Amino acid sequence: MSVTKGYSAVSRTLHWTMALLLISMLFLGLSMVQSLAVWQVEAVALHKSFGFLALVLVIIRLINKALSTKPELPNELPAIQRLAASVIHCGLYIAMLLMPLSGWLMQNADGRVVHVFGLFTVPNLVEADIKYFALFRELHGIIAWLFLAMIFMHISAALYHGLIKQDGVMSAMLTGKK
Amino acid sequence: MTKDKHGSDGGSLIVRKFLLVASIASFATATLYFAGAFNGDTVTAQRFVDLQQGDKPHLGFRRAHAKGMCVSGHFESTGELASYSTAAIFAQGHTEFLGRFSIAGNNPTAPDLKAPVRSFAFVVNPATSQEWRVAMNTPPVMAVATPDAFFQQLQALSPDPITKQRDPEKIKAFFKAHPESKAFNDWKAAYVPTNSFAAERYHSINAFYLHNEQGEKQAVRWQAVPHDDYRELAELDKTSADALQKQLAQQLKSQSVKFDLLFTLANNSDDENNPTIPWPMTRKTVNAGTLVITDWRPQAQGKCGEQNFDPLVLPAGMSATADPILRARGAAYAQSYRRRATEKLLYGQSTNSQGEPNVSN
Repeated sequence: MSVTKGYSAVSRTLHWTMALLLISMLFLGLSMVQSLAVWQVEAVALHKSFGFLALVLVIIRLINKALSTKPELPNELPAIQRLAASVIHCGLYIAMLLMPLSGWLMQNADGRVVHVFGLFTVPNLVEADIKYFALFRELHGIIAWLFLAMIFMHISAALYHGLIKQDGVMSAMLTGKK
Repeated sequence: MTKDKHGSDGGSLIVRKFLLVASIASFATATLYFAGAFNGDTVTAQRFVDLQQGDKPHLGFRRAHAKGMCVSGHFESTGELASYSTAAIFAQGHTEFLGRFSIAGNNPTAPDLKAPVRSFAFVVNPATSQEWRVAMNTPPVMAVATPDAFFQQLQALSPDPITKQRDPEKIKAFFKAHPESKAFNDWKAAYVPTNSFAAERYHSINAFYLHNEQGEKQAVRWQAVPHDDYRELAELDKTSADALQKQLAQQLKSQSVKFDLLFTLANNSDDENNPTIPWPMTRKTVNAGTLVITDWRPQAQGKCGEQNFDPLVLPAGMSATADPILRARGAAYAQSYRRRATEKLLYGQSTNSQGEPNVSN
């Protein structure tokens, strides 16, 4: 039995808020690039605003992560699963950073400013350039699919621990107890 | 939902296994759903642009209005629209613009004089919150009012892939099924193409809202109305595939080319969300100012070639109406822009002026 507690309330709040936000953003992104519906215009505007919020949140989250101790995985967990867990966690953080950044950059490369909830605009990071647009636009799409694949694996592994193994890995993030 | 080993009841293993599979299957299904896997016949931006580009896309070129030329100049605002919109461009003064004249179609080397539609696009205040992208066409109205119907219209007008001929029966049947196309067809029947890009009228087609300082909004359409006080219109070489481009270049050698930007204000009986219905001539109009074109470049050398003239990029002080055609334009323009941008990145200079891969590469 591990003595380390689960995740702190701050960590859990950040995790679940971002989970809800990022999965919504990914699903919205996939559909809005195809949709010719009247809501598409507002959807794109919200996607940009919430994308900026997601960038702020991941920065806060990384700071919080650096300042807190991570609960130990169960001792009996095989090394290969430990490795897989840390690779996916690392990949998820990289995706959390690159998604909003590539989105911001692709907007600027198309010569557009990013408005945040109609409150302010963020500075332009690059000059308008069609080749930069292509690069950032394709990255935004590719990272989105990698992100979804990693989220799929993350959810699968968490539920496997929570439902099948019942070893406290999932409750560390759900209730903060192990 | 979750009970760990400290919980008294974790549920039977079979139930928990089922929950696991059901949860991750739901996530995977949701992902596929939003990615459009179950879309069936829905007209998407991708299908729209597929139809526009045909079976042999011209790599690196926009999928619609592929052939055009860059122009530049400035907008001299009268200040008369400033009481209707807070957009910076309408305050009295000068604003530089980058523009593009083009013809309809996906072929970047098509003969200028064969195209049924001519266009004038421009952008002001790029990369700021006062940016305004404008894409105007010669017809004052759309033939249909929804993206689905517009898709069917393009399908009906597309030449047969084998005979390369349009099917008049198909076209007739389409317009018969869409009586809302009457105003468009009336315009088409009466329209006589002029001998110059500089002598056409270009229309916003869709309506937009202007917002003023007091928070009031006003639905408008606008048109670029050519000045007709040219000393003389440069000659049109009707044998050239680039007749209109050469004519405009020639015209600009002797004097600048001007258009007034004339706004028509809707009243309560006008439906700003329906782009098939012309507004009565009696509606109030406001001359916002004059677009003065002073220079031109081939699109391969000018900045306009790389510009996405998405008409939904609007300055503070303007917004989009709920017109379904207008609102479909953003996603469709983005899809066309993404394709040609990625082709430019991947193939760069290895395509010719037709957007075909060079043999030597």
